Parts: sequence; C-alpha cells; structure tokens
Amino acid sequence: MDYSDIQTIEHDVLVVGAGGAGIRAAIECADKGLSTGIISKSLLGKAHTVMAEGGIAASLGNVDSRDNWKIHFRDTMRGGKFLNQWRMAELHAKHAPDRVRELEEWGAVFDRTDKGLISQRNFGGHRYPRLAHVGDRTGLEIIRTLQDFCVHQSIATHMECTGLDLVLDGDKVSGLVGYWRDTGRFVLFKTKAIILATGGGGKAWKVTSNSWEYTGDGLGMAYRAGAELIDMEFTQFHPTGMVWPPSVKGILVTEGVRGDGGILLNSEGKRFMFNYIPEKFASETADTEEEASRWLEGDKEARRPPELLTRDVVARAIKKEVEAGRGSPNGGVFLDIASRRPAAFIKKKLPSMYHQFKELAEIDITEEPMEVGPTLHYFMGGIRVNSDSQQTNVPGLFACGECAGGMHGANRLGGNSLSDLLVFGKLAGDGAANYINSLTDQLDCSNEEVSKIIKAATDILNREEGKNPYLVHEELQSILQTYVSIVRTGEELASGLEKLQALKADINEVFAHASAQYNPGWNEALDLKNLIITAEAVTRAALIREESRGAHTRLDFAGERVEGLEYNIVIKKTESGMHAEKIQRDDPPKELANIAFASLKELEGENLGA
Amino acid sequence: MNNEQTIGGYEAGLFQTHRPDTWWLEPLLTGLGFLSFVIYTTWAMFQGDYYWWSAGSEGFGGYLSPFYSPLLFIEESAAGSAPLLHAWFGPWPEWMPNLIPVTPAILILAGPLSFRLTCYYYRKFYYRSYFLSPPACAVAGVHQKDYKGETALLVIQNIHRFTLYIAIGFVAVLSYDAFLSFFRDGKFGVGVGSIILFLNPIFLAGYTFGCHAFRHLSGGRHDCFTCPQGKEKVSFKIWQGVSWLNGRHMFWAWISMIWVALGDIYVRLVAKGYWTDFSTWGN
Amino acid sequence: MERNFKIWRGDAEKGEFKNYAVKLEQGMVVLDAIHRIQVEHANDLAVRWNCKAGKCGSCSVEINGRPKLACMTRMNEFSPEEVITVQPMKTFPVIKDLVTDVSWNYEQNKMIPPFKPRKKKNGIDHVMYQQDVERIQEFRKCIECYLCQDVCHVLRDQDKKEKFVGPRFMIRLASLEMHPLDIDDRIPKIKNDFGSGMCNITRCCTDVCPEHIQITDNGIIPLKERVVDRFYDPVRWIYNKLFGNGAKQE
Repeated sequence: MDYSDIQTIEHDVLVVGAGGAGIRAAIECADKGLSTGIISKSLLGKAHTVMAEGGIAASLGNVDSRDNWKIHFRDTMRGGKFLNQWRMAELHAKHAPDRVRELEEWGAVFDRTDKGLISQRNFGGHRYPRLAHVGDRTGLEIIRTLQDFCVHQSIATHMECTGLDLVLDGDKVSGLVGYWRDTGRFVLFKTKAIILATGGGGKAWKVTSNSWEYTGDGLGMAYRAGAELIDMEFTQFHPTGMVWPPSVKGILVTEGVRGDGGILLNSEGKRFMFNYIPEKFASETADTEEEASRWLEGDKEARRPPELLTRDVVARAIKKEVEAGRGSPNGGVFLDIASRRPAAFIKKKLPSMYHQFKELAEIDITEEPMEVGPTLHYFMGGIRVNSDSQQTNVPGLFACGECAGGMHGANRLGGNSLSDLLVFGKLAGDGAANYINSLTDQLDCSNEEVSKIIKAATDILNREEGKNPYLVHEELQSILQTYVSIVRTGEELASGLEKLQALKADINEVFAHASAQYNPGWNEALDLKNLIITAEAVTRAALIREESRGAHTRLDFAGERVEGLEYNIVIKKTESGMHAEKIQRDDPPKELANIAFASLKELEGENLGA
Repeated sequence: MNNEQTIGGYEAGLFQTHRPDTWWLEPLLTGLGFLSFVIYTTWAMFQGDYYWWSAGSEGFGGYLSPFYSPLLFIEESAAGSAPLLHAWFGPWPEWMPNLIPVTPAILILAGPLSFRLTCYYYRKFYYRSYFLSPPACAVAGVHQKDYKGETALLVIQNIHRFTLYIAIGFVAVLSYDAFLSFFRDGKFGVGVGSIILFLNPIFLAGYTFGCHAFRHLSGGRHDCFTCPQGKEKVSFKIWQGVSWLNGRHMFWAWISMIWVALGDIYVRLVAKGYWTDFSTWGN
Repeated sequence: MERNFKIWRGDAEKGEFKNYAVKLEQGMVVLDAIHRIQVEHANDLAVRWNCKAGKCGSCSVEINGRPKLACMTRMNEFSPEEVITVQPMKTFPVIKDLVTDVSWNYEQNKMIPPFKPRKKKNGIDHVMYQQDVERIQEFRKCIECYLCQDVCHVLRDQDKKEKFVGPRFMIRLASLEMHPLDIDDRIPKIKNDFGSGMCNITRCCTDVCPEHIQITDNGIIPLKERVVDRFYDPVRWIYNKLFGNGAKQE
C-alpha cells in the first residue's frame, strides 16, 4: 500500500491532545514561529481539563503573603514523598505564578480578594491558601481561556482526530498516523517533532473520575515507539468521588468542599480523620475539632484540619472506615458541608457541586451530607522526560501534562495539576522549538510503517466475527478494580498481571460492526491496545515497588522503606515484552534539598521574587 | 403528521415537534390574556364617560380611572366625567378634528401602550403567541422567506428607551391620582377604590423601574462598577435593585396590566352605580 | 424494569428511528441508557460524550423534542410507559446517528475580536473587584453545549446562520464587552456582523441552558441596549460626546 492516497498534513510540530497542556504547548510553538497543528479526540474545549474544579496552585501570595515558591516547592516534594524529579518540582513552583498571571492577561476571570487581586483557596497539602480559582469550575475557565486565545494564533486545530501510532525515521520521530472520527478515514501528519499531551489512563478502572478519552493513548504510543514510562505505580485515588447512584459512581467531588470547610464523618457521626494523621504531618495538622474550626475562621496560628491531608492519606482512611463497617449506606463515608456553612456560601463557592448532586443524585448539599468514596483520578506516572526540555528518550518526541511523569512523585497535591499543565506545556513547546531549530536531517515517513499502522486498525473492521470491544473493556476494568486497587498485595498484583496477559488475546480479536464512520465500537477497540499497555505498566511497576509510599500502598510491605527513596521505576519495551526496572535517583542539588527539608519558619521570612 | 421526515427525524411544517407536552398552552393563554386586555382597553377608551367618581362632590379628591389619566381635555357633558378643574388644559377644544372621538383616554393611551408593546418581555410572548416566531421552544414556527428579526421594520423596537421616559411620567401622574383618591371633597378617608388606585402606581413602578432599558441606563452600561476609585458606585446599588425587579419583570408586567384595567372597571362600575364603594366616608 | 427508546439512526443522506429496550438501573440518565444500547444492541451507535457530569457540554441531543444534555437527563423524569425519543440536534448537519457537525460554531468564535486587556501599569497585577467580575463570570460558565444555538429559531427555523452568530456567541461577546479590563470596542460589529438585531428575544436559549445562564436578560438584551446607546439614541450620543460613556475607561 502506498500512502500517497492517504491524506497528508505537514506541520513542524504536532501536539496530540487539546487539554490545558496541549493547547499551552501549541500556543508556545506558534509563538516561536513554528507551523503548529493540534489534534484532539474530542471537540476543542471538551478535554478533561474542564473537570478540574478546585483551582490552580501558584504561590502568588495574594491571600497569605508568607507564601513563596520555595514553600510551594517544599509542599510539592513532601506531598510526592520526595520521589518527584527535583528539577521539575522546582520549575513548576517557580513558573506557576507567571502562568496564572498570563491567563488573566488572556482573559481568564478568577475570583477576587477584597483587595481586588486573584483570590486563592486552601487545599490539601498546601501550606497556604494557594489555589487561584473560579468557584468550582476552574478547569473550564482555563480551557476556555486557552481555547479562545489559541484560535487567534496560527494554530491548525484538527478536532475529533485520534492518534494511532507514531512514525519514526531511524530513531527520530517523523510523523503520526491518525484517523478522523467523523469519516473513519486515515490521515498522516508529517512532522519534525511531536508533543504528547494525552492525559492519563483512568478508564482502565471501573470507578474513575475520568472520561472515555482517558485511555492512555500517549502512554501506549510512546511506549511502542520506544519511549520510557516512569513512576507508573503511582495512581492517585481521589478520596471523594460520588458513590451513589451507581450510574455516576466515581464522578469527582472537588476537594474544594473540604478546603471550604467540609468535614468527613463515618456512620457513627464521628470525624474520623483525626485518627489518621501520619506522624510526618502531625506537627502541622490540628488535633482537636476546636483548633480545626479556628483555622477555618482564619486564625493564622491554628493548624490545618486533618480533612486537608494529602489525597492518599484521606483515600486510605475512607477505605479503612468502610472496611471497619462504619461506612455510609452505599459504601462510602459522609462529606458534610451543610452543617458547616450557610446555604448561600455553598451555592456561591461550590455551584457546580450543588448542581451536580441536585441533578444527578437528587441531594441538596446545603441540607444533607454527601456520600463519597475513593475514585481513580490521576496518573502521577507517565512518559519519562527530560526535566528542562520535556523531551523523551526518543528524539523529537516530547510529553507534558498528565501523560508525562516525574513532576508529582508518589502523590500529587490538588491544584498542582492545572499548574503542571501550563508550566510544562509551555516548556514542552520551548523544547520542541529548540529541537527543531537544531535539527538538520530531512525526515521521512516510510510507506511500510504507515501501512502497518493502518492495517492493524482496519483489521478490526474486516474480521468476520470477534469479541465485543465494550465487554473486553469492562473485563479489563474489573481486573484493575479488583487486583490493582487502592491497597495492593504482591499476590493480587501477580494474578492481575496474569489476567491481563490472558486478556491480550481477546484484545487481538476484538471486532467492530459496520463502517469506520463515527463508529464508537471501532474507536473503543482501537483504544484498548493503549489501555492494556497502561494497565500492564501500572501493574508491573506496582509489583516491584515493595513498600508503601504516597498513592502506592502495599499491604504486604507496609510503610515507607529507606531504599524506596533511592530509585524510580522505569518501564520500557524490549524484545521479550514489557520490562520494568528500578533506576537509581540522582542526588538532589544541595540548594533544593535544603529548601525541601527546611522548616517553614526558615522559608516564610523570605520574600523571593524569582 | 405523515410528512416526510428530514435527516435527524424531523418533520417539516408548522407546529412540528416531538415534544409530547402541552407546549401550546402557554402561548395560547398569554395570547388570549393580552388580547382580552386589548379588547377591554379599546372599549373602555372609546366610552368617554363614567371614568371619574367622587360620590357627587366636586371638591379636592375623587377616583379617576387610570386609563383616563392625565386628563388633558374634558368634555363635561359626558356622564361620569370629571369636573373641569381636573383638566390640564381645559375643555375639549373646538379645533380637535371630528375624526377623534370625544374621550380623554384616546389622547394619552398611546404612551403606556407603546411602552408595553416595545417591552422586552411583551415582545417575547407576542412574537410567540401572535407571530408564531417561534410558537414555543423547539416547535417549528412560520418559516419566512427572508427572516429579518428586529433589523428591518421592527427596528422600531429600539424606541423602548424613549417610551420608558414617557412611562416614568405616567407613574408620577398616577401616583398623584392615588393621592387624590384618599380625599373626598377635601376630606381624608379610605375607600376600596383608594386602595385599588393606591396599588396601581406601585405595580406600575415595579414594572417600569424593572425595565431592561432602565437597568441599562441605571448602571448596566458600565463595565466596571468600582472604577476608578475602587469603591462601589451608587449606580451599582441602583443597578442591583433594578436587576432584582428585572428578574421578575413578567410578574410586574402582568400584575400592573391587570391592575390598571381593574382600576378602570372599578371606577366605571361605581360611577355607573352598579357597585357600592365601601369607604370610611360613608355614603 | 425496561424502558423503550426510539433513537434516530442514520447519516447525512438517510436514516430512520429504531426502537430499543433498555433495562433500568437506579439513578440512570439517558446517556447511560444509550451506552447500554451500544454494548448490547448497537456497537456502532454514534453519540458524543465526555465528562458525563454536565461539565463539558458534549452530549447535546434532543430528548422527547427538547434540546438537552443526555448525561443530565434522569430516566425518572419520564413515566414508565413513555417511549423516549432521542434525536440529533436539528440545527446542525448530521454526521451520524446522534452526532452533528457543530464546526459552524467554531467558525463564529473565530470571528469574534479577541480579548484585549489594558496595559499593566509598571507590571503591577490588575486590580478587579468581585462586584465587577461577577456579571461576566456568569457568562463564562458556558460549557459550549450549543443547545442554545440548536433551539434558537433564527438558526433552527429561519436558517439565518450567515446573519446571526447565535446566543452562545452573544454571551461570549457580552463576556468580552463587559470585561473590566477589556479595551476593545465590538459594538458596531455586534450590530452589523454578529446580528444582535436578528434576535427577537423569545428566550428559548435561556430555557434550555443547562448552566442556567440568563442568556437573554443578562447577555443579549444588555448588548442590544448598548447598540441602542450607539446607534439609536441621540440623547445618549450627545451625553457620551460631552461626558464620555464611562464604559471603556478604567
């Protein structure tokens, strides 16, 4: 087959994914004068970024002037259990405030302080009110701002176009084959560089806050092209997802509910989080309800309520309460803001939560508590990139946003995701521009590779019969839900891995009815091959990290191990299949280590601009 | 209903919809409601009599039908007309063309009527009920060859702001009438009629000062309510109040319209002697 | 308990309603039912969706003749014997089944002059107060589901897409025009190019908005009034000449 009859589009750089990171990367590329294209599985502005609710973390210091980038950096490292890539956490904390200001300059309208500045709210793991926000729809504000800005740059947006696989010329990326959802036709993008911004792979779990798009496409494509994945064992379970009714199980309930005063109660009406304060955070967490209330009223001397501990801690606590038989009727716990704040306040600060519970569960959160439980929310791990350029080990292939790994370590703080998208979206754009400027080779896409990708995709349609892709997907979800859950054991992980191996055969036999034109069955079948890679990578990494750290909890290896700090786990493709190995972590730069281990008092005094 | 379905499963033609509810009820009722008001108002306007009553006294006070206020000229010979001293300009003039019926209402009703007809709320329901453009949401209306909306002939709707100024004048005049209704022959008192005529300008004010044009003029035209001093302008508070009324514009539109007609009916019935006005003055 | 559905299946050339039965679970929404149909009866049934929580505005369809988000329409809104009709949006060309081509909307957005902030003074952060931003924050809640565009009779019945950008983009224009930092002037374009006069404020856009934005009262009518200021009101015109209009200053 000759690809001359396939539609071909040429760009200097192609960004895959149009969420916050993707659009920000594209804007940077266009700004650098590159011919830039962006593809997205959905329509522009629908990406998962809209689901981010609470806010974007940046040490603007508008609400508490003691905040600065060093404290944000320290919080991020502590939240990530010191497994983060030091340089990434540094860049993130330093650049986040500028990215937020830039959004305002592009038209974003954040909530304001009394002094007319961008308001900031409290969030789990953040020492100070740090999250710039717009009620509880911050993600929507950010994606819309970026979208409206980007349509006036010279960026070609290709909507409802899904990437299938990367094309390499030698060891360098030279293109991507994808298909248009509406027609089912294939398209070849010939490029000099590709930036992946495809998000995570939450759809491998049954209970998840992620949408259908979250099938680990970037992870799968990068892996097949020879890129490494890092920290894949760290999957974040958000402590508060809806648990009832069944059809909405997993949908996110923003951490903002707790940030604005919501408390967690068990079936006995007890505020159980006081029993789950880890030693490491004990000195910074309130130990009485009285102190927690004072904190909420703005007493700067009071310590934070335990509901605002990091997400891994809260999620595990909820799971334990439920297992101990103190759960709510539908297998969660109660999240109560009704008794803590007046109805008008709740409606003002948490409008979409109010709306979501009212319409989907017929519950008025200004009068009744919500029922919540853990839901798979975010991948800390992802494609391994260079901390400064965001380039992977495949030349010309870049990654940013959730699909890149390393920034958040073992656990991500709420609000650090939106800032991650913008900071590293921009840096990836910079990185791609630098790479292209120094690129001397003429790259090409070989017929053979392109045809191979297309054939694999059309095979699914051309089979006489086969497995139902939806049912295979459901099977995969139940495997991960059962064996690679919030609390793991070696035994379970091993059987999970076995079951995944068996499922691969089914995936090779999936069959989609009818034509390729807007055929969700076919689309689902194509996504499966990325999902299975994602699922396998998480399982393998989880199996060899024999300790409990951050979002990764092993019942058979309780507690953090000292040696756990010394390595990250990297996944790569080998002749014999997927291989997971531990790689030695570099010692941190002295200056950063000093900041990370400094006391708050030492850092608060400093008013650092940079 | 056997029309050929277009792509998407939609039938072509007027009133086509897949809504199973009684979508036609609201446009029908509002359409009929307003039509009855128009019919009654027209009838009452042409009467030219029984629009004023003060139990036979001619002193300070009395009930005046809101349809007839302000009284520019008065034809005293008409039964139930107001004494000449109530006229702003005196007796019905001789120079008035014969074409114009001898009734004071005809000289003024265009004022409030033009305010209502260009009102953003009235426009909504009469475009729906009478122009079927559209009859109801997601129900096919009259397909025009070249729909122009309010850009061609109907660009006239933009005079709403000027009709607002007139309407504010009417609120003032009717407030004075309300004041008068608490007096009979110079003596203070309260009758059922006084209460009706007292509520009338209140409802009208609720409608008039909740008008979209007023909302714009009172503060909506600003992009910034605190600039440049960083403090709320007075206009912000006014705008907030107007916005509150504006959110209930439909309510005020109907209550004020019904009340104004009720005012006329009441005065007319009492003036004709069909109804007794209970009051503190006694009869 | 089973419920009966009548779903339009087809493409830009031809199509028809097909009947499906779905077993009901607790708390189901119409989108869940459509997904069950995909799994059990029709793998290739095309429907757009993403977040399934009313935040992304992808799953816009017409359910029993009303433009709605499939993910926010609960099955218990319907009586058990009712057959639930689901169709693609009428105003936009069908691609397949329940999916329509909404690219026209993206073209309209592109025509709107972008946000143009006033310059920062000495690099100091902009000061805006909550009172000033609240009005446009309402407009910025828009999730671009395009249900308002679908129901707007100017686009739906009268097919005047070349004359009117539709309620969604009037709201977008309002969010720019009323932005305290914005210094661009779009009023002439709002009148001449974007067609504020085409709207006859029959308010169906407001009725269908899943975000409950007061599109007509807070967005379109204030813009119409600003057009009146500029083009139809000699009194204000003189006033503005003499005293400035206060709108585009700081």
